[in-house]
Amino acid sequence: MESYLLFESQEPLECAQVPRHYALAAGLKKEGNRVTLFLVQNGVAAARRSLRSDALSQLIDAGVEVLADDFSLRERGMSALRLTAGVKVATIAEALDQFAEGRKALWL
Amino acid sequence: MKTLQIVTAAYRCNIEEQDDPVLWISQAMKAGGADLHLLLEGQAVDYAAKGQEASGLSFGGKKQTQPPRIEDDLKRLVATGAQVFALDEDVAARGLERADLIEGIKGVSRADLARLFAGYNQIWRW
Amino acid sequence: MTKKKLTLVMMDAPFENARTVTGLRLIDAAVRRGHDVTVFAYEGAVALTFARQAPHANAVHGRDAAQEDHPLPKDWIASLMEDAPRHGGRLEWINCGLCVDERGVGEAIPGAKRGSPADLWKAAEASDNTLVIGTR
Repeated sequence: MESYLLFESQEPLECAQVPRHYALAAGLKKEGNRVTLFLVQNGVAAARRSLRSDALSQLIDAGVEVLADDFSLRERGMSALRLTAGVKVATIAEALDQFAEGRKALWL
Repeated sequence: MKTLQIVTAAYRCNIEEQDDPVLWISQAMKAGGADLHLLLEGQAVDYAAKGQEASGLSFGGKKQTQPPRIEDDLKRLVATGAQVFALDEDVAARGLERADLIEGIKGVSRADLARLFAGYNQIWRW
Repeated sequence: MTKKKLTLVMMDAPFENARTVTGLRLIDAAVRRGHDVTVFAYEGAVALTFARQAPHANAVHGRDAAQEDHPLPKDWIASLMEDAPRHGGRLEWINCGLCVDERGVGEAIPGAKRGSPADLWKAAEASDNTLVIGTR
């Protein structure tokens, strides 16, 4: 089993590739790896409970840890109360710690 | 340390740089002994196409004498022993067929990415 | 916390994309944890340490230069370099030399070094992990 840290800085309405990034996260998880998707910058916008947050719900159900950068949320006036269930608010230091622990880290 | 260099953007600044910056740095590191291999993804799969030709630009009287030659760069990387993969689904989505691609490009499907990644110590996604 | 050696690659020019600030936030977090960090600045990112960045006023918001206190990446990076030893680590900043030349940004802040792809590979091999923040 390997561990992955994936940074997602874009959201699906902005970039057509984002669903493929989510699929990569799901695929890595399906192979038995530990996977964290760290939403940052515009990537957090997908976490606001809406039709487009279903894709993140599916990732969470599949066992992917989905974290949303606290600063990016605050910058966009996004309350943690409005996030899709299962998305956890996290700090950049938490992402850094996962990177420092040696997870394969990809900026999507 | 065995790395997979994932190239995602294409034709971004190639004319000004006379190179694709990721293919260039990959060649430079490879020449220094780096154990690296490439995956072309998204629009970068177009880099595997034969017949790319970017010569002939001039601005005022200033002609570009050394246009980027992406096809040659990839062929050089293949010749060094680097494995160069292109994502099958992205190749097909862009209407490219196997015969359109330069020799030595290996296909990999999206479903096999996790297994591909497992073979490398690090994945550098540019 | 175990001290680690980390390498980051940045590509974006200053003032063009939020990836720059996210990269600096990661570096800041690493510095605060006392890690040894090497940054390889490639392409536009070599201008992040350009010494001639200058602040300005903001007439739209009615602020003079002092009030605007416009951030300059070179100052943030200089501050991170200064801060790193206080936490038991260090921040090494390497600018890709050819990228520096073609952009004419050779005048860099003290401590920013000029290097080549070989330096990136060497740093990565010596590191516990590497993250590339590519441009789009």
